[in-house]
This record gives sequence, structure tokens and C-alpha cells, in this order.
Amino acid sequence: MNNKTQGSSLGQVSSASQVSSSGHGFSLGALLRRPETGSFLGLVAVFVFFAIFGGKNFASITGAASWLNVAASLGIVAIPIGLLMIAGELDISIGSLVPAGSMTTAIISGHFHAPILVGIGAALALGAVVGLINGILVLRTAVPSFIVTMGTLFAMAGLTLGFSVILTGTTSVPLVAGPEAKWLLGRFIGGIFQVTIFWWIAAAIVFGFILHYSHWGNWILAMGGDKVSARNAGIPTERMTVLLFMCSGVSATFVGMSQAILYNSAQVSAGQSYIFNSIVAVVVGGVLLTGGYGSVVGIVLGTLTFAIVNQGIYYTAFDANWASLIIGVLLLVAVLMNTRFRKLALTYTSSKGRAKK
Amino acid sequence: MTLPLLKLTAINKSFGPIDVLHAISLEVNAGEVLCLLGDNGAGKSTLIKILSGVFKPSSGTIEMQGKVVNFNSPREASNNGIATVHQFGGTFPLMSIGRSFFVGEEPKKGWGPLKIYDRKLANQIAVKAVRELGITRIDDGDRLVGGLSGGERQALAIARAVHFGARVLILDEPTAALGVKEAAHVLRIVLQARQKGIAVIFITHNVVHALTVGDHFAVLIKGAKAADFRKGEKSREEITDLMAGGEHMAELEAEIESYLVDPVGHPPPVA
Repeated sequence: MNNKTQGSSLGQVSSASQVSSSGHGFSLGALLRRPETGSFLGLVAVFVFFAIFGGKNFASITGAASWLNVAASLGIVAIPIGLLMIAGELDISIGSLVPAGSMTTAIISGHFHAPILVGIGAALALGAVVGLINGILVLRTAVPSFIVTMGTLFAMAGLTLGFSVILTGTTSVPLVAGPEAKWLLGRFIGGIFQVTIFWWIAAAIVFGFILHYSHWGNWILAMGGDKVSARNAGIPTERMTVLLFMCSGVSATFVGMSQAILYNSAQVSAGQSYIFNSIVAVVVGGVLLTGGYGSVVGIVLGTLTFAIVNQGIYYTAFDANWASLIIGVLLLVAVLMNTRFRKLALTYTSSKGRAKK
Repeated sequence: MTLPLLKLTAINKSFGPIDVLHAISLEVNAGEVLCLLGDNGAGKSTLIKILSGVFKPSSGTIEMQGKVVNFNSPREASNNGIATVHQFGGTFPLMSIGRSFFVGEEPKKGWGPLKIYDRKLANQIAVKAVRELGITRIDDGDRLVGGLSGGERQALAIARAVHFGARVLILDEPTAALGVKEAAHVLRIVLQARQKGIAVIFITHNVVHALTVGDHFAVLIKGAKAADFRKGEKSREEITDLMAGGEHMAELEAEIESYLVDPVGHPPPVA
């Protein structure tokens, strides 16, 4: 498959003695190998497009806040979903876990007037438990995780609706959180920026460290590349799978919980859009749907791209109904571009990069 | 005479009512290449899986240096120094050379919970190990494994096994998917591993490749050991006949020849 590059091997032998440590200086190969290269170009293109057609308002601070707010809550879910996808799994139960998280907090702390900490803790615990169930079911049944989490998606939707009606008699529950909880989770900084943006940044840093700087990241990449080889190499793939499902579960209920505190109420049906939006963000961000390849920076860029299209359309003269069309086209273009970059990264030999140094 | 590094005695394996292996006994010494020959379906893969801890034998014993061992998992086999390299290298195409070299055994630096994966060190060691096997085209540990040629991937996997202290190296059809030149590279690497005192079990159905590197040969037919001989004891033709199950091959060759002589009534020979 690589016969063309074979020809250059002679030239390489002469410089054989110096083993380049690489990683410093500019190298086209290193750039191509980054999963986020494509998504960065996509983000720039989308930003420029809306900056031109959206005019001054889109580029203003208020405009930035509108898409950053959307990006933040989506991004908190998208990062662990992306890690799961890199490990070769999928979790769509988040679509029910976001409203389940907000209803749990609202019912416990709003309807029953328990301390807000209890409501927050219960929501996060719920996410962890559902994630644990997802992980164990995927491992024990060997059913594809898409199907397993579709099962828990519907089951959780039913449970949330059922318990809400039994306990409160309604599907929408008000919640008044104390000032501390508001300050931490449900505040608008400067009147427009949701505090969730900072939680998103924190999540990106923590998960970025895990994926790219810790040895666990290597395990996640290996699991997505070839699960059997990864297990044979001594990686506790089962424990990792369960932990990753728990991360995505907790992140989903976290978003739900923080939204309940932010908007002072919770509804049973508000979260299904997270399923596809997070997958779009992750895939646009350069993560390979079948696993083994991707980066947290890419997921963050993909999320921003999605949010800019989603919100930017309101600043243009176009009808907002066209937003989904743009997102669909964007997704296809992004996937094609990422595939192209992946091919380039695979066939790229360092001979040219070395010449530049 | 020291004890054989790996010794199989009367290994049987059946899956339900189907017997796959009957009474296989084999010995491999350190610094020796055992070629395991056999046609498709002869039981080669099953035997490898038993050696690498994927399956347990239905009966029979495996001994390493005279000590009976039982492998409950591939992990246990590799802890005992048995490394298996599969046809396509068993590596991760979209991981970097350094990362895939150290999968599961990542070098770390730093302190406490903030220990980070030492990419530089991993790349350095991996590149050095592969270059020691004569693959000098690789000089950047950040390159993705999927960009390597088939022979280079084999070399990477063998280098990894050697680095992590393999004593028995099982190579499953390492040359089957390779071109002539690449296959020669891999055969050279097999001899390098032998020189390091590693016992190599080389599975192939290419008799020429086997004769090039083998010290000791075993032929499997329908799950039983049909022959066991040392270098120079049998000719290439004899081995080919053995692998194909005795006389059939000579008959088949004669038949092919008759078609070539008299094409009437049959598709003409290809020019």
C-alpha cells in the first residue's frame, strides 16, 4: 500500500544515525496528524461566513455570548461522548439524562424543598448509575452500545415522565436555588455569559489531560483501535468502558441540573436534541466514528462550529429554518475533510518535514 | 543439554464433538526457529491460540523449561514471555508508533496523580528498537502505524515483543501478505530474533520461507502432526507433498502437466 514512499528510503539511510526527537519546530506531518486540523479550518470558515453575512451583531460580545452559551452546555456533554466514541462506543441515552438530571434536582430541591446540595448530588448520582448500567449492559450482552443506550434512552424518558407525574402531578417543576448554587452553576456573567462556559473549559482541560497527557488516553485510543489487542496488551478495557459511560452519564445530568438552576425550572422534555447535536459536534471535531482517533481540542472546535451555525443564522438575513441545512452540509463536508486529512497523515513521511527544519 | 524452552506434550483440543488437534507434541529451544507448516484448516491457528492463552487445551501439558504452565488468559501467556504477532502486526493503525509500541506499558513522568505519558521517551525507545531491526526508514515516533508498510508493521510488532522480554515469539503467517522484498526483510528479522536467543515459532504455508529460516520443522495435517524433522532432512518437494497430504500433490502436478501438454477440449493454457 505504501510502495511509493519506499523509493525514498535510500535517501533516508544516509541520515540514519540521527534519530529525530521531533515535536518541536514546524512540521507539516505533525500538523496533518492532529485530528483537529480539519475542524479548525471548518470553524474559521463558518466564523468568516457568519461574520460577513451576520454583520456587526454576530461579531459583537452579545453575539459571541449567544453561541458560547449554546456551545458550553453542548460541549460539556460532547467531550465525554467524544471520548466514548474514540474508545469505540456510543452513548445516546444522554438525550434523556439531561432532562432527568434537571427534573431530579427540581423535584428534590424545588418540589420537596430539600437542600440544593441533595438535589445536585442526586442528579449527578443518577447520571453515574445510568452510566454504570449502560457500561455493564454493553459488556455483558455484547449488544452494540448504540442499541443498549437507545434502550436506556427510552427507559429513562419513561421513568422521568412517570415519576414526575406521580410525585408532582406535573411535567414542569419550578426550582428556586440559593445564591451560592446560583453563583456557581446558574449565573450570567456580565449579564450575558452563562457560568456554564467555565465548567465547559474545566471539562476540556480535565478530559484533555486524560486523553492526551495521561497513559489512560493511550488506553482509550487503543481500545477504539482494536479492543482485543488492547485487552491482550493488559489494558483493563472493561473498567475503562464502564468509567467512560459513567463520565458521559454524569456530564449529561450535570448539564440538566445546571440548566434547572439557571432557568429556575425543569421540564420533562428538553434534551433529545443533545443526542444528534453532540454526535455532530464530535464528528465535525475530527473524531473517527468507529473509534481510535480524535482529540479534545477537536471536539471543542466542533462544538463551537455547531453553535456558531446554530445561533449565527439568527444574525443573518436568512430564514432560521435553513440552519439545519447548513449543519447537514457542514457535517458531510467535515467528515470528508477529516477523512482526507487522516489519509494524508497516514501516508505522510517525515522526509519533507525534516528538510524544513 | 538444557531443557527445551517450550514443550508441548500430547495436546488435544476439541470444540464440542469436533476434534481440532490430536496429540500434538512439540519442542522449541531457545535460539531456534521452529517452522509450523500446514495447509489451511490444519489446526495451526488453534495451536497458536492455545500457546498464546486464548484457548485452553482439552488435554495435554505445556511446559516451559521443565515447569508445567497453564495459561488462563493471553495476559498470563505474555507474562510468561510468550508473544504472538499476527499477520497484520496486531497494531493500531491510527496510533503513533511510540504510543502503539507502549500500549498497556506506557512510560510515565511527573508526580502523583498528574503523572503524564512520556511521549518523547516512548518515541525514542520505539524508534531505536525498530531501527535495530534494520528498518531505518522509521525515524519519527509520532508517525501513525497505518502509514507503515506491512513488513514495517511486522518489524514494529516483533521489536515490541523483543523489547518487553519475549522468550518465545510466535509469528502467525508474517510473510503471507507481503511482497518479495518485504518478506525477505521479515525473514532477516526472524533470524535476528533467533540470534538474540529467542525461540521463534514461525507459522507459514510458504515452504521456501520456512526452509530459509527454519532449524526444525513440524507439519500439521488435519490436526495431527504428520512429520517432525530437522533442517536438511527433507527436500522442498517432500515438504510440499507432506503439507498437501501425501501423494495428492504429485498427482495434481501431473494432472496440471497433462493439461499443458494437451489443451484440446480444455481452456487453452495462458500464454
